[in-house]
Amino acid sequence: MSTLEQRVRSYGPGPFLVLGIVALAFFYPRYVGSLGDFPLLGDFIPSLSSMVIMIVFTMMAVGLNIVVGYAGLLDLGYVAFYAAGAYTSAWFASQQFDQWTFHFGAVGISSELPGIHLSIWLVLLIAGIFTALTGILIGLPTLRLRGDYLAIVTLGFGEIIPQVVRNGDNVFGFDLTHGTFGISPIDSPGFGSVGESFGLPLSYQQSFEREQWFYWTALALLLVTVFCSAQLRDSRLGRAWVAIREDETAAAAMGVPLMRTKTWSYAIGAFFGGVAGAFYASFKSGAFPADFYFNISVFLLCMVILGGMGSIWGVILGGMILGYLNVEGLATLGSELQGAGIDFDPTKYQFGFYGVIIVLMMLFRPTGLIPERRHKREMELGVHDTPLYDVTHEGSDTDRNPSDD
Amino acid sequence: MAATDQIKGVLARLRGSSLTTFLGFALLGPVAVWLIGNLIKDPVEFVNVGLIGLTNGAIFGLVALGYTLVYGILQLINFAHGDVFALSGLVASTLIVSGLGLDKESSVLVIVGGMLLTLVVIMTLFATINATIELVAYRRLRRAPRLAALITAVGMSFIIQNVSLALYDVNFRSIPSFIPRSEVIGIGDVTYSWNKLAALMITVPVLILLTWFVRSTKQGKAMRAVAQDNEASAMMGINVNRTISITFAIAGALAGTAGIVYLLQFNMRYDTGFELGLIAFTAAVLGGIGNLSGAVLGALVIGFVQAFNEGLTWYTPGSDWTRSIVFGILIAILVFRPEGLLGERTPEGA
Repeated sequence: MSTLEQRVRSYGPGPFLVLGIVALAFFYPRYVGSLGDFPLLGDFIPSLSSMVIMIVFTMMAVGLNIVVGYAGLLDLGYVAFYAAGAYTSAWFASQQFDQWTFHFGAVGISSELPGIHLSIWLVLLIAGIFTALTGILIGLPTLRLRGDYLAIVTLGFGEIIPQVVRNGDNVFGFDLTHGTFGISPIDSPGFGSVGESFGLPLSYQQSFEREQWFYWTALALLLVTVFCSAQLRDSRLGRAWVAIREDETAAAAMGVPLMRTKTWSYAIGAFFGGVAGAFYASFKSGAFPADFYFNISVFLLCMVILGGMGSIWGVILGGMILGYLNVEGLATLGSELQGAGIDFDPTKYQFGFYGVIIVLMMLFRPTGLIPERRHKREMELGVHDTPLYDVTHEGSDTDRNPSDD
Repeated sequence: MAATDQIKGVLARLRGSSLTTFLGFALLGPVAVWLIGNLIKDPVEFVNVGLIGLTNGAIFGLVALGYTLVYGILQLINFAHGDVFALSGLVASTLIVSGLGLDKESSVLVIVGGMLLTLVVIMTLFATINATIELVAYRRLRRAPRLAALITAVGMSFIIQNVSLALYDVNFRSIPSFIPRSEVIGIGDVTYSWNKLAALMITVPVLILLTWFVRSTKQGKAMRAVAQDNEASAMMGINVNRTISITFAIAGALAGTAGIVYLLQFNMRYDTGFELGLIAFTAAVLGGIGNLSGAVLGALVIGFVQAFNEGLTWYTPGSDWTRSIVFGILIAILVFRPEGLLGERTPEGA
């Protein structure tokens, strides 16, 4: 057994650096205002609400990293989990189902308000579990498929789910998703009157420091995700994922149950996507079908690739960089260029940039900005990624007795 | 002990296959009922919609062949293919409108000559572009894990889509309808217009040419050999790199053709290729990816599915659901019959 210190060290930065980064992030709301005063660079400092969005997307990228980075399963439909999470939040914390009135722990709204209103903290958990179940449902029939087929099937689900959401305003006469209008408003998180007596806000939405509270909550959620992700990596399950990624045949020969292990990676990856989606919906106070499209999946994948597949710190870095560019950076750059007399709008071509990043990274630095040690060796030495599950045959070599053949 | 295990295994497999068959029929049965219902209710509409499906299927087929050729030889899903198709259509619109200035007043000879010229120029140009994409983006990754190449292809797709966006902005492009939309045949209310026929008049000869190339030329033989086993082909003196380049070039030329044919009937813009590319890929998988005739068959099936879904009136989900239905088919095929309708995994049968 390794000591805690060794374990932490194996993820890259030492514990002091980690504490330093967390502390810097924690006090961000305190000094963000003064950062903006810097000449030239000041315009490029992300605002607090941009930071919330960046952190939410980074959280999804860390979740996707479990599927793509750890287990080596290319998921091109992660947006489906984001959508599932957002809509869970919309179902359980808005006036969408106004034929019922049910309140449980909801804050900042009148208790007469129709619809289902659960506490957002509970909704986050429900969203995670619901999304994980969605992940299992998608995974069960498809995880037998070989890598590239799996990618396509996940892409298919990623396209179907948003369309179902868009058309779901009349499911046999029942308005499930409110169609293209989306569901809005969604309740805000908060600590209620109990929390208020401790100096915590009753409801974020009504607090004067709304953004600051959302920011801290997002940061806490990200930390939990990162902690779980790091713990999982070292667990038996995490080692099984890496084993499958490196050599499916050898992993199966060593007694790793392939289907179960892969399904877990889907479920857990989906869980974090769902929680992030639900939180984001609550932050935006709405869930709109136009937010869920294929480019989001690729955007998240790009974060993972830029940072380094399998590397938690890399993915966080990649997520924050791309998240920043997406939310604020490119727009700021565009307006600076406009000011300098150059008529070029970088936001219009943002997905082109992500495409360029993906291609350049794959060609010249496939292990990412902060490579994960083991993954780097795989890329250098090569892996046996010949699949054990061949789509042309039912089942697999592990399901079957050699005498059958 | 071994014997009982064996029996158990066989039983399990039998059960598995009968369940699959059952599910297959459970899915297909209602579809058949729905089609027959529509046919009885309004036969004219049914035939008209079917003809639309045939024409669209031909276009899907041209794009699907590009996917299947590349997959057959590299086992790579070339995501960028759909976007190459869209770009080719956009460039063709410039060539036809600004370069050649074809419009409704042009004489028949000028139109035919102009279209042939466009066809040749676009096919050559996009053959080169597609081969260049392979050279720049995929060649280095040939020995890398397969997912690396697939991820690169996704990236390439975005790059090409943004090239189209930069060149043509977000507006839809179209060409003047110099090929009349008047009917070629009209039996009662069943009609087939000239512009649809033109699509078939371009597609069919191209398909015949492709079949001849793959079946009967030395280069086609080399392609089939590399698709089967590239190391063995290299040992037999086949230039594998060149063969792969040529495959990409052919795929690009087919995408160019598809772009022109599509333009004869529809408007296009920079992101047309994403959706159509996925539909065409579904068609290729449906027919059995790597199998050339399978790709065309799959494309026709998908063409009919789309047309029937959007055109028929009796209990029809409608165009809001087309994407879900197409992807539903894709998922069902991959789960239940991953080898596709024709069940071969190399372009050997051609």
